[in-house]
Amino acid sequence: MTKEKQQSIPFVIKFIVGIIVLICIFTVAMVFGAANTSVREVWLAITSDSASDTITMIREIRLPREVGAIFVGAALSVAGAIMQGMTRNPLADPGLLGLTAGANAALAITFALLPSINYFGIMIACFIGAAIGAVLVFGIGMLKRGGFSPLRMVLTGTAVSAFLYAIADGVSLYFKISKNVSMWTAGGLVGTAWSQLQLITPIIIVGLIVALLLSRQLTLLSLSEEVAVGLGQNTMRVKIILFFIIIILVGTSVALVGNMAFIGLMVPHIVRAIVGTDYRLVIPMSAITGASFMLLADTVGRTINAPYETPIAAIIAVLGLPFFLIIVRRGGKVFS
Amino acid sequence: MVRLYTDDLSIGYGDRLIVKGLSISIPDKKITTIIGANGCGKSTLLKTMTRIISQQSGAVLLDGENIAKQNTKDLASKMAILPQTPESVSGLTVGELVSYGRFPYQKGLGRLTKEDYDVIEWALDVTGTTEFKYRSVDALSGGQRQRVWIAMALAQETEIIFLDEPTTYLDLAHQLEVLSLLQKLNKEQERTIIMVLHDLNQAARFADYIIALKDGEIVKAGNCEDVITADVLEKVFAIDAHIGIDPRTNKPMCVTYDLLEGANK
Repeated sequence: MTKEKQQSIPFVIKFIVGIIVLICIFTVAMVFGAANTSVREVWLAITSDSASDTITMIREIRLPREVGAIFVGAALSVAGAIMQGMTRNPLADPGLLGLTAGANAALAITFALLPSINYFGIMIACFIGAAIGAVLVFGIGMLKRGGFSPLRMVLTGTAVSAFLYAIADGVSLYFKISKNVSMWTAGGLVGTAWSQLQLITPIIIVGLIVALLLSRQLTLLSLSEEVAVGLGQNTMRVKIILFFIIIILVGTSVALVGNMAFIGLMVPHIVRAIVGTDYRLVIPMSAITGASFMLLADTVGRTINAPYETPIAAIIAVLGLPFFLIIVRRGGKVFS
Repeated sequence: MVRLYTDDLSIGYGDRLIVKGLSISIPDKKITTIIGANGCGKSTLLKTMTRIISQQSGAVLLDGENIAKQNTKDLASKMAILPQTPESVSGLTVGELVSYGRFPYQKGLGRLTKEDYDVIEWALDVTGTTEFKYRSVDALSGGQRQRVWIAMALAQETEIIFLDEPTTYLDLAHQLEVLSLLQKLNKEQERTIIMVLHDLNQAARFADYIIALKDGEIVKAGNCEDVITADVLEKVFAIDAHIGIDPRTNKPMCVTYDLLEGANK
């Protein structure tokens, strides 16, 4: 009769374990790197204002970088979770459905036309680009009435992404700004500065909070659109708000780290295996799991071939592609 | 008495109308069944009456008000819908799924009140699904799952319940089980039930009022004796039906049928 009992481990405990894991990984990320440091130095860098070389390095280079990893990991994972719930497509991911590529193209165009633009402007450009990418993919999908199989959506995303990357490359080459653009798009978390984080983290936090407030609506939408309407959900309004949250989360992430696929695909699947499909639980758990995941990937990127950086996007893609294939093969479920 | 009716309702995309100028009245506190051949617009009609899709012209009126102009959440406390074979939901338990029926009454993150829990217990009980409460919805058989979805619709506590082919994919015993449950709800709690059914004999046996559609228009509407006739079935399904009387229920039934001569053009 064990099956008849309610879920054995309450969500709060799972969430607390998730937070503890995040703190552990954060500590590891702070201590290891091209220049190895001690836990004590990390502690001093965060809590005191002493200024030895190592401590300054931690405070000005490594700390902002890892804080960036936490927020971008959380943002992309939650964006992925929302997309998967909203479209009922287990393969949805901001990187696979054209949003990242759109932001990327917008970035290149902005650099070409407004070379002296500030960081805020870049971020806005990324929002617009992500929105255009998404609208293109979903718009093409809607041309066929009766919808859109998950794989067709990914194919459309791939085609649209290829197109948008081509625009980005073309613009970069024509205006001779390739180096500048690729510094952004392939740079990952390298060179993340406190000034950027000051702008980006509040926006991501707001996005995450609104996502959490709408999480119940999202669960309903993820069941079936007809059921959601029948239960009195204003599905159009909910979908539009969710769409904007996705754009904001993805746009800010691209503005900070450039291209990054698969993390938004993987994390929600891992999380659903742990907490189930209620998005009230999936959203917060995706945020902390995504943060841990990104920190871990970045730490691997910094240390695996030190002192050279291995691009974090490459590390995540190495994990992400097999994951993608498993999802396709199992028809949407990785763990069952 | 009639609370729900359609007024000159046309539904379709562009020039292609699926339902044409339909005016039907749904008798209150009765079981109404919509029958018709594939593609005749019966599901489309049901979806429009429940605001899932919108019409091209005309209106659906509930208590004298156009449903398109009403607050969708308020409407959800008046009518519930069980869509045709809802997508499978992985990961939710039966109790969780049924608790979503309380959505129209909740605000914000949706904490369930004592009253909500009472209604959920009742819905599980009346559909005989209490024993599955903590089980995953995926793990159930088709018939059990259908009863769980009905429980969710019941937890909405609406006077009107729409069902789109609630017996599809069920075996004979489970079909009867679902329909008997609906009949019981209708008799004991005076719920108005409107459903699309494929099986004519089930329609005849359980419905108080039958609407037969062809190409988006009414061929005949009335009680089963009026609608389940060789003449109507010929028009609706292009079949040559032999109508007898069900020896147990005394309702008309289609005993056997052939394709109409020359119907297969």
